[in-house]
Amino acid sequence: MTAYTATVTVRLKRGVLDPEAETTQQALERLGFELSDLRSADRFEVDLEAADADEAADRADEMAERLLANPTIHDYDVAVAER
Amino acid sequence: MTVSVVQFGGSNCDRDAVRALAHLGIDAERVWHEDGLPSDTDGIVLPGGFSYGDYLRAGAMAARAPVMAEVRSAAEEGVPVIGICNGAQIGSESGLTPGAFTTNASARFQCEPVHLRVERADTPWTAAYDEGEVIEVPIAHGEGRFEIGEDAHADLVADDRVLFRYCDADGNVTDAANPNGSTDSVAGVLGERETVAVLMPHPERATLPDLGRSTDGAGILRAFA
Repeated sequence: MTAYTATVTVRLKRGVLDPEAETTQQALERLGFELSDLRSADRFEVDLEAADADEAADRADEMAERLLANPTIHDYDVAVAER
Repeated sequence: MTVSVVQFGGSNCDRDAVRALAHLGIDAERVWHEDGLPSDTDGIVLPGGFSYGDYLRAGAMAARAPVMAEVRSAAEEGVPVIGICNGAQIGSESGLTPGAFTTNASARFQCEPVHLRVERADTPWTAAYDEGEVIEVPIAHGEGRFEIGEDAHADLVADDRVLFRYCDADGNVTDAANPNGSTDSVAGVLGERETVAVLMPHPERATLPDLGRSTDGAGILRAFA
């Protein structure tokens, strides 16, 4: 078994309104920053032991499917690195 | 009929639901989620509140609590189930009903009376009303914006599973009368069975005559009578 960190990034699907991101963008603009757009995402770092990177990715994928993301509004991706 | 009002850590409308049901002469009791559903349960309320502190997403944690497997089985057997506010978020997160409830377009918590148009009057939840009738019920939520993918929305409409839409006092469904930016002004939807429904507004807060400005919500809870 090898120790991995699976990083799951969950973000709203394109086209789904993100009022918190809009509010954050407005606050940045109020501070004088110039930006075209801003998107927010949730990032989960999952430490786990797995036989190989594929298995670690599969397990993190299932975590995203079953809890971390809501498929109605979210897309997600998984990146695995040895730890 | 004994209605189980399922209480999670952070539920805070469970007592209100029991009081409102008792006022209508309906036997109801609070059930702590870890105790499971009593065997004589023949109605279920998922009450409002902030279960698990709205961690991750509102309703996400409670939706994965073991009791929800029992709730889904009961729903499949035809036991009437209603999710109210946080209970609606739990219901949609657990797959009892389509779509999702997420952050209000205003990005604010909103607590205010709203008008709802009854889109179906042939369900247990709306038998007290006429189709197109306008009722007044309060909302109190920060994450009540109904979102659903385009295809799923088309199915929802084609299957006639929209139960309530936000509207103005005259029943017009307008952007101005949509308090939270919900897709298609949807305030409540049906599950696969008409005996399963969720809605963001609070019928239990519009049932007791001495509690507020409307008792229009009583008709929804009378489904359990």
